[in-house]
Amino acid sequence: MSNKILELREIKREFRMGAEVVRALKGVSFDVVSGEFLTIMGSSGSGKTTLLNTLGCLDKPSSGTYLLDGVDVGTLGRNELARLRNLKIGFVFQSYNLLPRTSALENVELPLLYNKAISAKDRRDRATRALQAVNLGDRLDHTPNQLSGGQQQRVAIARALVNEPVMILADEATGNLDSRSSYSIMALLQDLNQNQGKTIVFVTHEPDIASFSSRTITLRDGKVMKDSPNENRRSAKEVLAALPPSDDYLPAVEGAGAVGGETKGNEPK
Amino acid sequence: MNFINLLRIALKALQRNKLRAFLTMLGIIIGVASVIAMVAIGQGSKQSIQQQLSGMGSNMIIIRPNSNIAAGARLDAGSVQTLTIDDVNALQKKATHLSAVSPMSQTKGQAIYGNNNWPTTIQGVNPQYVEIIRQWPLKDGVTFTDRDVQAMSKVCLLGQTVIANLFPGGENPVGKYIRFGKIPMLVIGTLSQKGENAFGQDQDDVIMAPYTTVQKRILSTIYFQQIYVSARDENSTDEASAEISDIMRTSHRLKPTDDDDFAVRTMQELINTFSATSSLLTILLTAIAGISLLVGGIGIMNIMYVSVTERTREIGLRMSIGARGIDILMQFLTEAILISITGGLIGVALGITSAKLVTYFLSWPTLITEYSIVLSFLVCAVTGVFFGYYPAQKASRLDPIEALRYE
Repeated sequence: MSNKILELREIKREFRMGAEVVRALKGVSFDVVSGEFLTIMGSSGSGKTTLLNTLGCLDKPSSGTYLLDGVDVGTLGRNELARLRNLKIGFVFQSYNLLPRTSALENVELPLLYNKAISAKDRRDRATRALQAVNLGDRLDHTPNQLSGGQQQRVAIARALVNEPVMILADEATGNLDSRSSYSIMALLQDLNQNQGKTIVFVTHEPDIASFSSRTITLRDGKVMKDSPNENRRSAKEVLAALPPSDDYLPAVEGAGAVGGETKGNEPK
Repeated sequence: MNFINLLRIALKALQRNKLRAFLTMLGIIIGVASVIAMVAIGQGSKQSIQQQLSGMGSNMIIIRPNSNIAAGARLDAGSVQTLTIDDVNALQKKATHLSAVSPMSQTKGQAIYGNNNWPTTIQGVNPQYVEIIRQWPLKDGVTFTDRDVQAMSKVCLLGQTVIANLFPGGENPVGKYIRFGKIPMLVIGTLSQKGENAFGQDQDDVIMAPYTTVQKRILSTIYFQQIYVSARDENSTDEASAEISDIMRTSHRLKPTDDDDFAVRTMQELINTFSATSSLLTILLTAIAGISLLVGGIGIMNIMYVSVTERTREIGLRMSIGARGIDILMQFLTEAILISITGGLIGVALGITSAKLVTYFLSWPTLITEYSIVLSFLVCAVTGVFFGYYPAQKASRLDPIEALRYE
């Protein structure tokens, strides 16, 4: 299980802002192998977002090569990139980005709609399974405004899982959540990573969150400043259990009917 | 992305904004409904004019003697008598485009019954004139026959105006003897009410009798004032009138250099004039309705732009999970077309209903034509594509990165 999912070589990305050229990435190289849980850290302006866009095939580097699951992304056109995103990447966003007034099930089905090979029944089955995997099997018909922030984010994770991508790409996925919900999301991601072997790339600026991953890359000024495995990897489940008990809350990962006291997040606009 | 999925997504999006979708549709609904209703009213009045003319005998052709030149001065049309029974026979024998030929010998005079009298016109014709050329149904009694014509029978048919004046008490005139001038005549039938013609003349102020009776017993002449002819149908009046000219020239033994000594008049010109007027009316109404359809289309475009802006993040999300530009384009285009086609269908129904209501309450004649339905439906589908395309294209060209972070 050590095949390379991501291979980045001297990735550079420059933007032209009027007369100035902004160099967001100045030569980033690293590999990610299957089954890793990588966090990318960095303060704002470090090139984090640009790197994320590049990894997510939303943007192409100005120079350098990026291989995603063996495919050279730099040579692809708009439509091929879209196909790659559909098949190989599962996005999780800070603000969930669920479709309002649409049931959890339909939200999760969405990526499959853009894959012609999947029949309506298959789509439904897979979406149901994905929601069950994030412990929302009993909330299939709930719309986002009937779900708490943590639950919405779990729907978003189910949506990222449903296409069985090679990598889950999370962008500040806990940024809008209180610490309890954050830990529960991290526990879910850790579970997916350790028990199902999902490769996860998690972009964050919180060192606390990074400590749950197996490896951390720190960016500064568009370059990799530090790339090291986490020796003291914490378990989100344990952290969650160590939190002072709250009578209206049950850990999400442990109980199937784990619902309740998570703070309601802002609905995506 | 297959068609059913597209349709589902579009329906879903419209369901999320039902009122807005309906209001947008309303523009199209009113547009299509007004096109159909307006065209129906225009066509209806056109048809009713044509029917009126048809009642007068729109395939009727009238042959009269032409003007004459006497000592270098041209005289009135009809100043000479040239039409005889030979012309009628020749036409009946040779013509192929005609369904009926009747001589017409008429004169004015006083009709008398009991102590009532009434100045009217007596028309001497053959039975075909009543049945075929004028298509004039009898109200009562029977019509005269060819034997009556041969026998110069003193029988007649009365028009309703004559009946009203000679028989004010409402008694049945059939079987009574009236006098026309000095000649007693047996009323064998009555003509049904025909009303005024397009020129305001009372068509019911008439007595009809065998032409021989009028020609010989009243006028004492061998000539006819006119010959009435009926073409097989309205479209063959041109061929029929050409044929009539040929036959008449032969019958009158005219040399190729001679001018016609008769004139052929068709009613077709009259119909054309009326049709042209009401066609203009239809065009005018259609133009107004078309403008409202255009306004409806602009409404769609406006709403689609709002929708694209409002759902920028949704578009970004869809792109990030694998939607291609074309998928987004098709999604918004489907929405626009769905709005316009649904609006179109409702509009067709509403248009037909309102045309029927106009007929029912205002008793305006309306005629719903298939072409107006097909046309307005096509126009609104095209409107959907045309006005939906630009917003949809705008959506499909969004940069997913910017769209995802759009506030």
